[in-house]
Amino acid sequence: MTAISIRGLVKTYGDKRAVDELDLDIEAGEVFALLGPNGAGKTTTVEILEGFRTADAGTVQVLGTDPRDADRAWRNRIGIVLQTSSGLDLLTPREILSSTARAYATPRGVDEVLASVGLQEKADERIAGLSGGQRRRLDVGLGIVGRPELLFLDEPTTGFDPKARRDFWDLIRSLADEGTTILLTTHYLDEAEHLADRVGVIAAGRLLALDTPANLGGRADDEATVSWTEDGQRRSLVTSTPTLEVQRLAERFGGEVPELAVSRPSLEDTYLSLIAPHVTEHVADSPADTTRKVPA
Amino acid sequence: MNAVALGLDRTVLELKMYSREKESVFFSFLFPILMLTLFSVIFGDVMDSSGSPMNAATFFLPGMISAGILLTSFQTMAMSVAVERDDGTLKRLRSTPIPPVSYFLGKVGLVATTALAQQVLLLAVARFAFDVDLPDTASRWLTFLWVFGLGVFAGTVLGTAFSSLASARSAGAVVVAPMLILQFISGVYFAFTDIPTWVQQIASVFPLKWIAQGMRSVFFPDELASMEMAGTWEHGRTAMFLGVWAVAGLVLCVLTFRWFKRGTT
Repeated sequence: MTAISIRGLVKTYGDKRAVDELDLDIEAGEVFALLGPNGAGKTTTVEILEGFRTADAGTVQVLGTDPRDADRAWRNRIGIVLQTSSGLDLLTPREILSSTARAYATPRGVDEVLASVGLQEKADERIAGLSGGQRRRLDVGLGIVGRPELLFLDEPTTGFDPKARRDFWDLIRSLADEGTTILLTTHYLDEAEHLADRVGVIAAGRLLALDTPANLGGRADDEATVSWTEDGQRRSLVTSTPTLEVQRLAERFGGEVPELAVSRPSLEDTYLSLIAPHVTEHVADSPADTTRKVPA
Repeated sequence: MNAVALGLDRTVLELKMYSREKESVFFSFLFPILMLTLFSVIFGDVMDSSGSPMNAATFFLPGMISAGILLTSFQTMAMSVAVERDDGTLKRLRSTPIPPVSYFLGKVGLVATTALAQQVLLLAVARFAFDVDLPDTASRWLTFLWVFGLGVFAGTVLGTAFSSLASARSAGAVVVAPMLILQFISGVYFAFTDIPTWVQQIASVFPLKWIAQGMRSVFFPDELASMEMAGTWEHGRTAMFLGVWAVAGLVLCVLTFRWFKRGTT
């Protein structure tokens, strides 16, 4: 079953095509990560799917409905975690979760949601006093309290510390295990790699690559780097037959190879080379840029 | 839950937020009561020794009632909708199955509750602290009710429409400054008859002047009707002006209401 179906989607702002003939299918029960530099058309695409913007051309079906006809029954099956939500400072997490839950036909229990986003301790405190990460988790709680079939997550872990991110990933995995379809946009490649069944990379409004995180951009077939230490120096060679090279090294050293490492291009390396032709000065703002690991 | 039940639920949430925000409690809910107290104390002796037919509190009460109606309806709506549009609250609500009508019912519930509670408090303070004689005829209370109801309704829809002109950052100035001018020219803070005729004519275009005049007809002795512009209380024209503003405000709301801030859709 297809949860989201996009055909020939076009959205133009002025003379700029933000989304340019995009085709994409997302299956029910899938966790799909949409990656792309700032200005790639991610947010525009997702907001069309959420029914917040209308397409200029093409067809979009979300849970069998065109989002521009979004009604209460459709919203009841959708959960949206927006990029920012403020304006709740004077309420407590329990108050806003209870009130939001009442709008849905079969909501999750408020205590259950508070527990799954780790906010039991803060349930009855003013939201004004919550940290950035706690507020973000409340946003996620508000997105899942209606027990959605399809959850949109827009850069959900921006500003999380590493522990909070791990906890959040566990939460998303457990939602996916229950059968929730999840469409995630993120700047963090490790997040996409950890959570997504499939990854789509878009730039300039077009889909550049679509695959599992392991296979994206031919990653699995790419050449690997074998490195080791010899005579007090770090040596490395790039090869398409790493196993053979390791075998040769083992024979040469007569057993253990000092500090042996075999590495393949990280998802981040693959991603950056995919989008390189499309990147404008925008990418300087992107966290992906600052978290880039130094290649081994 | 149906849309009305959700509207009630939103009302409770709105009241919680309103009552927890000290600024709104002070500057819109308690402000007219504070001003009535202040004016009664400051001008009490002057008015008593001038042989005025009424005491200072009675003289200022209709104005403070009118200011209260403006604050709890127009100001509350204009400020809160502008802020909620900018901070993403409206977008968040649109992302849930909460029907739009429930959001507005919640606002109407908030305005109705705070406006009523404010009037009760204002009348109680006037009666028990400052010896104001409250009306003793049903027809005067009926006038109070329809002027209050039409005034609150017009203020609510006009405030919602006005919110489109303000952003969260500018709301304070954009909403409060015109309101202050309107209060001065509409005879809320001093006698309307002391204002130059051409200013009176400008004020007569806006609803506040008619609310204040309607409230004077409730609390002032009938012989003071001769002091009004037309020499009578003009109930018919008051109802007509407020009604036209209410309908115009409702149409403006429907035509101009936006869930998202400019430039995001």
